[in-house]
Amino acid sequence: MIYADNAATTKMSGAAINAITACMQDTWGNPSSLYSLGQRAKETLEDARERIAACIGASPKEITFTSGGSEADNQAIRSAALLGARKGKRHIISTAFEHHAVLHTLKGLEGEGFEVELLPVGALGTVTAQQVSEAIREDTALVTIMYANNEIGSVLPVSEIGAVCRERRVIFHTDAVQAAGHLPIDVMAQNIDLLSLSAHKFHGPKGVGALYARQGVPLTNLIEGGAQERGKRAGTENVPAIVGMAAALEESCSHMAENAAKVSALRDKLIAGLSRIPHSALNGDPVNRLPGNVNFCFEGIEGESLLLLLDDRGICVSSGSACTSGSLDPSHVLLSIGRPHEVAHGSLRLSLCEENTETDVDAILKAVPEIVNYLRNMSPLWKDKVSGKRAFVL
Amino acid sequence: MTRRLFLTAVPVKAVMDKKVLIAMSGGVDSSVAAFLTRQAGYDCIGVTMKLFQNEDIGVSKVKTCCSLDDVEDARSVARHLGIPYYVFNFSRDFKVQVIDRFVAAYESGTTPNPCIDCNRYLKFGCLFQRAKALGFETIATGHYARIEMRSGRYILKKALDKSKDQSYVLYMLTQEQLAQIRFPLGELSKSEVRSIAETQGFCNSEKPDSQDICFIPDGDYAAFLEQYTGKPYQTGDVLDLFGQVIGHHRGAVQYTTGQRKGLGLALNKPVYVCRKDMTANTVTVGPEQALYSQELWADDVNWIAIDHLSAPMRVYAKIRYRQTEQPSTVYPDESGKIRLLFDKPQRAITAGQAVVLYDGDTVVGGGMIC
Repeated sequence: MIYADNAATTKMSGAAINAITACMQDTWGNPSSLYSLGQRAKETLEDARERIAACIGASPKEITFTSGGSEADNQAIRSAALLGARKGKRHIISTAFEHHAVLHTLKGLEGEGFEVELLPVGALGTVTAQQVSEAIREDTALVTIMYANNEIGSVLPVSEIGAVCRERRVIFHTDAVQAAGHLPIDVMAQNIDLLSLSAHKFHGPKGVGALYARQGVPLTNLIEGGAQERGKRAGTENVPAIVGMAAALEESCSHMAENAAKVSALRDKLIAGLSRIPHSALNGDPVNRLPGNVNFCFEGIEGESLLLLLDDRGICVSSGSACTSGSLDPSHVLLSIGRPHEVAHGSLRLSLCEENTETDVDAILKAVPEIVNYLRNMSPLWKDKVSGKRAFVL
Repeated sequence: MTRRLFLTAVPVKAVMDKKVLIAMSGGVDSSVAAFLTRQAGYDCIGVTMKLFQNEDIGVSKVKTCCSLDDVEDARSVARHLGIPYYVFNFSRDFKVQVIDRFVAAYESGTTPNPCIDCNRYLKFGCLFQRAKALGFETIATGHYARIEMRSGRYILKKALDKSKDQSYVLYMLTQEQLAQIRFPLGELSKSEVRSIAETQGFCNSEKPDSQDICFIPDGDYAAFLEQYTGKPYQTGDVLDLFGQVIGHHRGAVQYTTGQRKGLGLALNKPVYVCRKDMTANTVTVGPEQALYSQELWADDVNWIAIDHLSAPMRVYAKIRYRQTEQPSTVYPDESGKIRLLFDKPQRAITAGQAVVLYDGDTVVGGGMIC
């Protein structure tokens, strides 16, 4: 099997599995308990918090553990919105291609009287600090812009945006789910006030994430109950998962440069190879790009078919149009960069990690063109295009 | 470790006639169809076509066909049967082929049957195409109808359970399609199907049958048209049979031939919608007798039991889904249309609906009333 869907989830690292197993066996107490078994669990928890904070340049008490990236996004945005509303600020700036955890939370806030401004992301799929600066108003409560896009891999100018927001005294949240463990993050230097991350995107376990909130930015609870996480997130902490997250993040961060070099070389080979397929186009910023992300549109095919036929050859990928849960949109991300519906349906996302090899890339570069060709030859639409009855889009 | 579900090798032509793709809606019928197909020893996969999102049709959190709950029901049945399961996104095709046609038909003054379009363009169109691409030559569905081979032709017959028979909405199937379709429920009654579902412990065994048009769960198609097209339909005149204005209507699209209720007329005798003029935006009403006529024309004709119609033929014709077939004679026409002369006048022959011709249990063919 070739796993090339690391933006969806990653395989847990040995370090994470060992840390989790050890925690389950030895420090399984409740961190809120007074006796020493509980105290040991608490120490383990706080040790993990310190290590995670260190990976992103934060201090430990600025880290709140959550059930994952979505919860962190929800809590960050709701907290900043409430804070703004208390001062009469009800304007929120974001982008058109955020993750649904952000977009749907913003939609909810719109229903509650907030005004949400989604910045266009252009053909490359990015925004500039100047766009943000021009959008900021007196009543802007929050700027929430992702660190890197999960589908098309664009890396956004977060440091510049952070500087603008700090200068204009607007809270800045970034959904760093795709960036954490893959790109350097320093919340202090980058002027980030709120940041979300998710463990399973960097070889940690699923169902656990963290929200960084700069000291002085008070969080509002989504989940009420006990006083865990300084009263900001009730419920007994998932200590083993948190410990696994810490181990995974530390490992990813300590090998970040060498992993990025290796993975981006594989990525560039894939991009070069797939670009040779006629009537195809790379999606996303070719330069400021996540090391492992490759995203293409192939005209005249349906992404779902391509995905299933690649699965049949043991290659795991994803497609912006694949309908697994609820969404039928042909990917709001691809539409946001101006791909027409027809083309957006024929998208393919490959996301690599440091475990992928040249052999994997060669196999993908053999399989994808063959299958695209096969599907095109079966498509009446494609025949119309070849015969000139319909125009090519790409 | 790789599962070879689809093709042994692309692009080698698939030769596995034992591979069946089952169209699963999440309802009882298609679940049992999947069970029976699996039991018959076929190598199968289950597929749900996701056709629209509730937000797109202006409803939220209402139970409709193809909702997420239905997808989870279908997935649960597939897991129970041990077959792979996929959801295919056909929302774009559904919009173009079904919803847009539906809207265009009403706007042109006819009364469409979107289920027929869905079968024709989605289930036995897009899904067929997709199945072929994945190396599946056969599709099974939970329709109540039978397919048989007779003297070199594939024949579509009514289901044994006449109360559930769905052959009417399948009249447009071609020989090529019929060759690749299986209807495992054709010889079963609904109660037998439910009892199989119960015995198997399917989570949906008690789910009610779907009703109405899936994308208009509340049945208010006029409200749907206004919401979908974004245009309020103009009020206009209601005329009597002599062309005299006797009242006003709230947009001609809202009325359908034979309709009596909701006309908003205060007359001392019951009147019915006899016809509509979409250009003039008028609705003409008259007494019930005025609804009857003995003749109809149909185009977009498809023949199943015969290759083509060369001479007049005695048939039994159905002009709406829930109607007993009526004795009649069908005449060929040079235009490719057909003319149907009923033995007795028929009430409210409605343009846009299908007329399906039977010879006993066998579907001879059909067309769209024009």
